[in-house]
Amino acid sequence: MMEKELIPNLFRTEYQKIVSVLSNLFGIHHIEIAEDIVSDTFLAAAETWAIKGIPDNPTAWLYTVAKNKTKNYFKRNDVFEKKIVTEIKYNTPLNNPETEIDLSEQNIADSQLAMIFTVCNPCNSNEAQIALALNLLCGFGINEISDAFLSNKEIIYKRINRAKEKLKEENIKIQHPNSAEINDRIETVLKTIYLLYSEGYYSTSQNTTLRKDLCAEAMRLTYLLIQNESTNLPATNALMALMCFHSSRFEARTSENGEIILYQDQDELLWNHELIDKGTYFLSKSSTGNTLSKYHLEAGIAYWHTQKKDSPEKWQHILELYNNLIILEYSPIVALNRTFALSKVNGKKEAIIEAEKLNLTDNHFYYSLLGNLYTDVDNKKAHQHFETALGLAKTTAEKNIISKNILQLSFF
Amino acid sequence: MNEFLLIFRRDFTTKEIQPSPEEMQQHFQQWQNWFGSLAAQDKLARPLQRWDGQGKIVTNNKNVTNGPYVEIKESIGGMIIVKAKDYDEAAEIAQNCPILNLGGNVEIRMAVNS
Repeated sequence: MMEKELIPNLFRTEYQKIVSVLSNLFGIHHIEIAEDIVSDTFLAAAETWAIKGIPDNPTAWLYTVAKNKTKNYFKRNDVFEKKIVTEIKYNTPLNNPETEIDLSEQNIADSQLAMIFTVCNPCNSNEAQIALALNLLCGFGINEISDAFLSNKEIIYKRINRAKEKLKEENIKIQHPNSAEINDRIETVLKTIYLLYSEGYYSTSQNTTLRKDLCAEAMRLTYLLIQNESTNLPATNALMALMCFHSSRFEARTSENGEIILYQDQDELLWNHELIDKGTYFLSKSSTGNTLSKYHLEAGIAYWHTQKKDSPEKWQHILELYNNLIILEYSPIVALNRTFALSKVNGKKEAIIEAEKLNLTDNHFYYSLLGNLYTDVDNKKAHQHFETALGLAKTTAEKNIISKNILQLSFF
Repeated sequence: MNEFLLIFRRDFTTKEIQPSPEEMQQHFQQWQNWFGSLAAQDKLARPLQRWDGQGKIVTNNKNVTNGPYVEIKESIGGMIIVKAKDYDEAAEIAQNCPILNLGGNVEIRMAVNS
């Protein structure tokens, strides 16, 4: 691999690992020291490798240098004596931290898990948690994060710093959560990871590579939770299955010029069957225990969508899953999707009656659904609903889809 | 917006009028769709709660007996709490309740907030 690609790649995979381990050592109050040491390490790598060439084992090189820099920091700074020493005693059972900076695979995995639970602490807003996760858990720079959020760097920079300050204020400990804490907080953690995934999957950002990266990172974090016995829960596997099923359609859901392609118009050959198989695997792993999370239901719905062929069985299952999902937690988009599934099972007439009760009059998807249901039943009404939807839609991609629907109406 | 308790009752004891397994399956789907429909309209005021079919009865001489059945044949199949403007709207909701298809009935009570 060329050196030019090597360092960014290592940065992506190793930065957050070393930061996690060092943050565990230093505690949340000195998280910047951990970040500085790791940034310095990568800077040293860039300088040294350019002159002396790439070492045989670049990762080991990074770990050694990071360890040395940490030890030097300890030696040089009396801050260590006064402030950090208490934290270290709290976090590690070892009495002599100067010689023990443990970058073993096991400690990296444990530290990352502790960091995930710290970053996904509900004391921060969802938005702040996601930005912080991208920064600390995924090694994304401010530039990439602001690109992903379609926001400016200044705002993202402030958001991340405020989120860190909040963790310090609340004195959030970076530590391996016990099983009671995992039960209490896994829901928040999974929610943040799912939002991170959705940010990538549904983002209107034109940067496809970046969007894929966000999805891949969310899946990597989920996989980390699956690899750890204490967080390898049915809901975690269900979330993983859901993300695999969604990702399998990543290539098929946008055209070359970035237009959204609706499910029924997608080219099935572009679906990634390896990911569908993986999703099925994780879905089967998720069906233990007696808790049915919303990820189970959503993964089930996504599973049935990987069966392109319409059958009464398929839509009956999807409707049942949507029924359960909407009973579990109300959301307008689920209410609309449920009504669409109902039309597939019980016909358009019944679905129209149901749809008109939803009364989501500020939502363009609501009018698109009505337009769809009225198509072939009362095309004049269908046209009116599509026109209303067009007036409410915000993005060009959405408007294009609605216009296409109107155009199709006038043909028949 | 007010909250209304809907109590579903029907005759669970008379053998001859009990639905067949196939009818029961279909009936179950009707319930699911009805709950789904209410939830989609954001009308459920509380999460759904399932109730055990057995139950106990305490009579006025403090005797405790098995089974929810006293003198009448009908017993409670379940209950939900919905959001509705007034009794009229609550009754409209209850008119779509699947218990009616099996000869049951729905009792409606409005929650009173003093």
